[in-house]
Amino acid sequence: MKFNESWLREWVDPRVDAAELAEQLTRAGLEVDTVEPAAAPDGFSGVVVGEVLESGPHPNADRLKLCVVSDGSGEPVEVVCGAPNARAGVRGALARPGARIAGGVKVRRAKIRGTVSEGMLLSRAELGLGDEHDGIVELDPDAPPGADLFALLGLDDSVFDLSLTPDRGDCLSVAGIAREIGAINRLPARGPAPEPVAPAIGEDLPVALEAPEGCARYVGRVVRGIDPAARTPLWMSERLRRCGVRTVSPIVDVTNYVMLELGQPLHAFDLERLEGGIRVRRAHAGERLTLLDEREVELRPTTLVIADRRRAVALAGIMGGLGTAVSEATRDVFLEGAWFSPSDLMGEPRHYRLNTDASHRFERGVDPTLQRDAIERATRLLIDIAGGRPGPIVDEMEASHLPQPSAIRLRAERIERVIGMAIPAGEVAGGLRRLGMEVAETEGGWSVTPPARRFDVAIEEDLIEEVVRLEGYDRVPAVEIEGTVRPGSDSESGVPVSRLRRVLVDRGYQEAVTYSFVDPKLQSLLDPDTPPIRLANPISSELSVMRTHLWMGLAGALVRNVNRQERRVRLFETGLRFRRDPSLRDRIGDVEGWGDRGRDQVTDVDQERCIAAVAMGSADPEQWGSVAREVDFFDLKADVEALLGLTGDPARFSFSPFVHPALHPAQTAAIGDGDDRVGLIGALHPSVRRELGLPAPVFVFEIVLAALSAARIPGYAPVSRFPSVRRDIAVVVDDEVGVGRLLDAIRRNSPATLNDSAVFDLYRGEGIRAGKKSVAIGLTFRSDSRTLDDAEVDGFVEAIVDGLEAEFGAELRG
Amino acid sequence: MLTEIEDLKAEALAALDAAATREEVESVRVRFLGRQGVITEQLRGLGSLPAAERPAAGQALNQVKNALAEAARARRETLSRAVVDAELGGERIDVTLPGRGQRAGGLHPVTRTLERIETFFRHLGFDIVEGPEIEDDFHNFEALNIPAHHPARAMHDTFYFDDGLLLRTHTSNMQIRVMAVQPPPLRVIAIGRVYRCDSDLTHTPMFQQIEGLVVDERANFANLKGILAAFCRYIFEADLELRFRPSYFPFTEPSAEVDIQCVICRGSGCRVCGHTGWLEILGSGMVHPNVLENVGIDSERYTGFAFGMGAERITMLRYGVDDLRLFMENDLRFLRQFAGGG
Repeated sequence: MKFNESWLREWVDPRVDAAELAEQLTRAGLEVDTVEPAAAPDGFSGVVVGEVLESGPHPNADRLKLCVVSDGSGEPVEVVCGAPNARAGVRGALARPGARIAGGVKVRRAKIRGTVSEGMLLSRAELGLGDEHDGIVELDPDAPPGADLFALLGLDDSVFDLSLTPDRGDCLSVAGIAREIGAINRLPARGPAPEPVAPAIGEDLPVALEAPEGCARYVGRVVRGIDPAARTPLWMSERLRRCGVRTVSPIVDVTNYVMLELGQPLHAFDLERLEGGIRVRRAHAGERLTLLDEREVELRPTTLVIADRRRAVALAGIMGGLGTAVSEATRDVFLEGAWFSPSDLMGEPRHYRLNTDASHRFERGVDPTLQRDAIERATRLLIDIAGGRPGPIVDEMEASHLPQPSAIRLRAERIERVIGMAIPAGEVAGGLRRLGMEVAETEGGWSVTPPARRFDVAIEEDLIEEVVRLEGYDRVPAVEIEGTVRPGSDSESGVPVSRLRRVLVDRGYQEAVTYSFVDPKLQSLLDPDTPPIRLANPISSELSVMRTHLWMGLAGALVRNVNRQERRVRLFETGLRFRRDPSLRDRIGDVEGWGDRGRDQVTDVDQERCIAAVAMGSADPEQWGSVAREVDFFDLKADVEALLGLTGDPARFSFSPFVHPALHPAQTAAIGDGDDRVGLIGALHPSVRRELGLPAPVFVFEIVLAALSAARIPGYAPVSRFPSVRRDIAVVVDDEVGVGRLLDAIRRNSPATLNDSAVFDLYRGEGIRAGKKSVAIGLTFRSDSRTLDDAEVDGFVEAIVDGLEAEFGAELRG
Repeated sequence: MLTEIEDLKAEALAALDAAATREEVESVRVRFLGRQGVITEQLRGLGSLPAAERPAAGQALNQVKNALAEAARARRETLSRAVVDAELGGERIDVTLPGRGQRAGGLHPVTRTLERIETFFRHLGFDIVEGPEIEDDFHNFEALNIPAHHPARAMHDTFYFDDGLLLRTHTSNMQIRVMAVQPPPLRVIAIGRVYRCDSDLTHTPMFQQIEGLVVDERANFANLKGILAAFCRYIFEADLELRFRPSYFPFTEPSAEVDIQCVICRGSGCRVCGHTGWLEILGSGMVHPNVLENVGIDSERYTGFAFGMGAERITMLRYGVDDLRLFMENDLRFLRQFAGGG
């Protein structure tokens, strides 16, 4: 909402400057976005009112005129001018040599076709006040020649741009802003007094409210005999311009002007193009209407239309139809000032992809008492500017469908309870009255009836906000919170995500945040078997499906970094992955009392929180101190193990070979937690990697956070006082036997005294048959109750080796 | 006699100084202090001196003897250390070389901010919740007093799915999900990703929000101001002025937008604050009675307040980041700048 300061000050004129006005509005909840000067910084200057005394033909040019213009100094000047309306008697904008026109261009004395021109008569475009350039500005006939035009037009003015919240439809007008400023400054806000215009003709149009729940009031009036040659006066087009509205024609300009002034959107139909009376009705199925913007729309049956006897002629409260629009030739109009129900209109503008000044106001609620005054005001202005004879006003109303302001109870005690500060009774009642509310004192408070224009005031809390708003939010003290304090509900058996993040950060990873929606091509490349959930209205096709793994975003980030010459990339992310899973039936956050509507509807979407990482490039940062080597599976596995280790129970987890279409078939493992698969780790499939244009092997992992959040709380066991015995064994087994299985078997076949088993060497090659490998394992034994003797330990080792032989055909290596 | 002793001392000290090995030190020591050493002989000859000279000469000789013994010991030690140092010199390393192994990475700057915010509210006894991002209309809108077609919905450009589900437009959905299952008193922070179908210089279609909710029998607007003032002091580590402005959110009444004094210019006006001296950082208000009643909480008995803010915005102000889109680009050159910290 844009308005200019001088217009506002016609209504209410507090003794504060523009900056303070802006501050007052912002602090009252009407946020001021910008305050800018009404005149462009490179606008005109030195231009005065000039009266054309004589206008004759130019001696050497058919299309030019030679005008004698008085600038009030008593020495008229000769000005060459091409405008058809540069006729004797006109008072226009005279730029003498030295003056500047819009754009900062300096006017000089010039010889035009052999005749010296002592300046220019200016068009609106040349003044920077509009688009019109085919005629000179015609000022008021009583504008004094020689007067400075800048001052005369009041261009020393500010334009305020407000960013209004949707509840304050009542402030979408100069009148509305003035009421607020008046209430704040304890001044009355008054505009031009309502002035009924007596009908000059008897003609009217009947109006039928056929859908009163959508349109409960319709005020209309015929005006005949408007002068189509009339032009909108500069004062009006200047106000429109400062409020961001283009000058079109007197009829359109007047309707816009009244809307800006009072907040009531008006529409003017070309009377000659209407057939019969007005019907406000629902659209018929399949009915079509070509709108003012020349778009033809098919109407849906919920849409309210203004129709004549034959067809729909306007989308009610949104936009008029092209077929009945006023034109440059229009002499006779039918003016409409209606009240459309916000709840009924809701959704309609959006359905037709329209957001007009009218629909913006009607959706937020227009004062239902305003229509008649607005039509009278528009009639007055129109007749003053373009002549015409008005008919009688038609005012159709269905009072039962108009909003009826009702009294709201306001308790002094409740104000203090909600705000935490007592407000003196006089302030409460006084403030509300200044806002136009009827206030009656009751036991312990007030009974308050808001004006019909305040659609946002319906309950006690709304009134409390009004009271505090006028008091000033800054008057409320900042008080330390009191109340019941319970300790947080986090448990030692939960590993916080912040801890998981730090493990990866300390191990060289950089955290990334990537979009939860990804490119479907990348999505299917990295998870071809899982159909992703698709957005109905994505912002772009590259961000149109929900990721089923966190890898999609991480891979994208990896690629972008590689393209920026990064050779070594380690990234991780935490967040949700999204999958359809009709088997899910858990409902969380069902709300009682709403029936099915209050039930959790998100029951077939699995939204699992995960931690995932991607790594490419050298295992360590480039350095002098270790042999350079590319990252491999076991680097990442150590990172995963570090995460699993936070549970205090890493033995719970297992790694087993796994096949995933986007991962390397021989270098991928499923991470198991008991019987559940809780993650994957592996190399990107070389073909996927090539598809992504990545120059080196890429490793990824992803783990469901829930698996990591169940940590073991440590339980103490006494520390043994006896020495340990270590024995190293090397066994030869088939290559495909996983070392993990060997270690499992060792644990199964060992006495409780086996303290630790560690793989310290793995060997294939000379001395070992093809297809076999030698695995060297260090076994550490220790008893809690005695020193173990050699013979006893020999027995343990033998049992272990026998077990391995029986299960895997392992041979002890000599 | 005393002069002679002084000369002897000087001669011996010079000889020790000149000794280049421990063996040479030993031979100097023997020459002066040995059984037939010069000093030893002199001590022996004391008896032949006149009685009057004896005490002074004896004292002087003993002093010289002790001094020379100490000098010899010190010289020997110096020479020993030089030998060891000479041997260890072969093991010299370049201590200026960088250390071996992994270098730490870093948290995303927005995570840094979120964790800091989380810490503040944990101190005050708030629980942290996250919740679903694919959400239904009821929890995201309707239960929050935003019926279908409400103009307030235009404030939320919503991403939809074909089945009517949507991506949550704010973390306020968690107000409903929490209140539906947990009776007051409540102190909850909801943190997480939210989505709006909007992308330009100052909007990304996904961003992260923090939402706070307090419901109990005493919560009031002054408490809301108190907690947010403390919050801003904690996060920006400065005594910034706060400005509460009336605003509108369908799920709070009264509602307030909160501005802080510009962290860059401290209120004098600069490019970052659009020359207003103020920066809008969060929306807040008293929980609308309709919302409490929607989830079955008696709004006469309980009041609540709620507040929500964008983590990116606070991160930008905290670290001086001037382009929102950098947060989603994951350029390592950007991310690495935020390494370190707690």
